[in-house]
Amino acid sequence: MQITDETVDKIAELAKLKFEGEKKQEIKKDLNKVLDFVEKINELDTEGIEPLIHISDEINVLRADVSENNTTQQEALKNAPKKDNYYFKIPKVIQD
Amino acid sequence: MFKSYSELNKALSQKETTCVEVVNAYIQEIDKRKSLNAFLEVFAESALKTAESVDAKIANGTAGKLAGFVISLKDNICFKGHKVSASSKILEGFESIYNATVVERLLAEDAIIIGRLNCDEFAMGSSNENSSLGYVRNPIQEDKVPGGSSGGSAAAVAAGLCLAALGSDTGGSIRQPASFCGTVGLKPTYGRVSRYGLLAYASSFDQIGPLTNNVEDAALLLEVMAGKDHMDSTSSSREVANYSKPEESGKKRKIAYIKETIDSDGVDPEVRASVLKSIEQLRADGHEVEAISFPYLDYMVPTYYVLTTAEASSNLSRYDGVHFGYRSESAKDVESTYVASRSEGFGPEVQRRIMLGTFVLSAGYYDAYYTKGQKVRRIITEKTEEIFSRYDFILTPTTPATAFGLGENIDDPITMYLQDIFTVQANLYGGPAISLPMGNHSNGLPFGIQLMASKFEESKLLSFSKELMS
Repeated sequence: MQITDETVDKIAELAKLKFEGEKKQEIKKDLNKVLDFVEKINELDTEGIEPLIHISDEINVLRADVSENNTTQQEALKNAPKKDNYYFKIPKVIQD
Repeated sequence: MFKSYSELNKALSQKETTCVEVVNAYIQEIDKRKSLNAFLEVFAESALKTAESVDAKIANGTAGKLAGFVISLKDNICFKGHKVSASSKILEGFESIYNATVVERLLAEDAIIIGRLNCDEFAMGSSNENSSLGYVRNPIQEDKVPGGSSGGSAAAVAAGLCLAALGSDTGGSIRQPASFCGTVGLKPTYGRVSRYGLLAYASSFDQIGPLTNNVEDAALLLEVMAGKDHMDSTSSSREVANYSKPEESGKKRKIAYIKETIDSDGVDPEVRASVLKSIEQLRADGHEVEAISFPYLDYMVPTYYVLTTAEASSNLSRYDGVHFGYRSESAKDVESTYVASRSEGFGPEVQRRIMLGTFVLSAGYYDAYYTKGQKVRRIITEKTEEIFSRYDFILTPTTPATAFGLGENIDDPITMYLQDIFTVQANLYGGPAISLPMGNHSNGLPFGIQLMASKFEESKLLSFSKELMS
C-alpha cells in the first residue's frame, strides 16, 4: 500500500486535520513508513479467526434507567473557548 | 524523604511528623528538582488544606488507610477543580469538572494529591519528548529521557518528589519509564481499575496504575483503586483481593521466559546477563523456570499500532474547538473551527496517530487493517493464555536497553515504537504486568525486569514480586 498526496488529503479531510506543503510531504513519508511496519500482520494466517472486540469479560452491564445529573450548566460551559451565559458560541454557520 | 508508605505511616502515628510537614517537605524537593520538568503544576494550596484535615483525622483516630500518602497524577487523570491537559496545547487551561474514580477512591482513604505530572501528549510516546510542555529529564542522568509516556510520573517517584504517582499504560507507558528510572511500575488487568476520568487514548488498552518505590506501596494503592465502578461499564465486578496482605507467599512457581526476548540482538548484553542471572536465582530458590518460544513477538507492536491508532482517532474526535479546549484564532466557520483548532492544537505525533487510525478505519481499508488487527489480537491473546495454562508467570526484560539520550530517537517513529516490544503483550491480552527494578547497568542507569500474569492474577503477581525484591 502506497500513500499518495490524494490519500493524505482524503484522510485529513475525514480526520479534520490539514497538512500543506512540507508538512504534507512529511506526514506522507511517515504514514508510508508506519504502514510498511504494520503490514507485517498480513504475514499471519487469520483464516477462520474471529476478531477480538471486547477485552472486558463483563456481559450485559445494565443499570436502572434513572437520570443522574451531576454536571450543572455552568460547569459544562466552564471550559468552552467561547460562550455566553447559556450557550456554547461558534462562528456564524450560515454565511451572508 | 520516606521510601515507603509504611515508614511514613509509622512516623505519622508516632507523631514524629505531620502531613502538613510532609507536604511542605515535598514541595521543597519539587522546587529543588525543577530542572527535571516532571511537575506541570504543584497543587500546593489544596494539598496543604487536605494535609491539615488528614492531620486532624489522624489525631482523632478516623484517618483512612492512605492517610498522608502523598501522590501525584499523570496529567491525564481528572481531579476536580484542577487543571488537566494531557500535556497538549489543545487542552491548555482546561479544568476538570469531576474527579476520576481513582482520585475519588484515593481521597476517600485520605491520600494527598500534590500535583500533576508531565507526560507524552495524550500518552502517545515512549520518551516524554512528545509533550507540548517540554521534555522531562531522567533524574538519574539528566541528559537521558525518563521514558514515556508516564515519564513525569517515573521521574517524580525516582527523584523522591512524591511517595507514589499514578500513570496510565496503553502499551507500556507505566512499565517502560519505571524501568528507565528504577521504580516499580504496575499495569493492572484491563477492567481491574476504572478508567472513568482518564483522558482516553485507546479504550480497549488503557489502564491506570501506580509507580512506586516498592511492591508493597503498589499493592496498597491497587487495593484502594480497584473494583467495580458504575461509571465505567468495562470495569470488572470481580471481587478485589487484599493485595497488600498477600496470602499466597512462599509458593514455588512455574515461570516461562520467552527465548526471543533474551536472545534478540537488540537486547543489551548486560540486560540479558542480568535477566539470566535472575533466572538462575529463581531456580536456586526452587522455582521452575523454562524457556519457551513465542513466535508472535514481531507482530505485537504492529498489531498494537493498528488498533490503538484506530481507537485514538475516534477518541480524539471530541477535541473540536467547540465545547472545551483550544479554538484557533482563524476559526471563521464550522469547518475551520474544527480543522484549524485541531491542526494547531495537536502535536505532530498525535496527528500522525490520528491519521494512521483514520486510515485503517476508512472505507476500503477497514477489513485489511483494523479487522485483521483484531484477529491477530485474538491469536496473540489465545497463545498467551495457553502459556498461562502451564505457567504462573512470563518473565522478560521490561525494555531491551537502558534509557537513551534526549533527542536520540526523536526522528524515527519506528525505533521509538519498538520501545514497547516486550511490554505491549500485556495490553494486547489484557493481563497484569509489573516492572521491577533489577539494579544498575555499568553505564549507571537502572533497568527493570517484567513479570506478566494471567488476567486478574494480581494477588499472585504482587506477592511473588514482593518475594523477588526482598
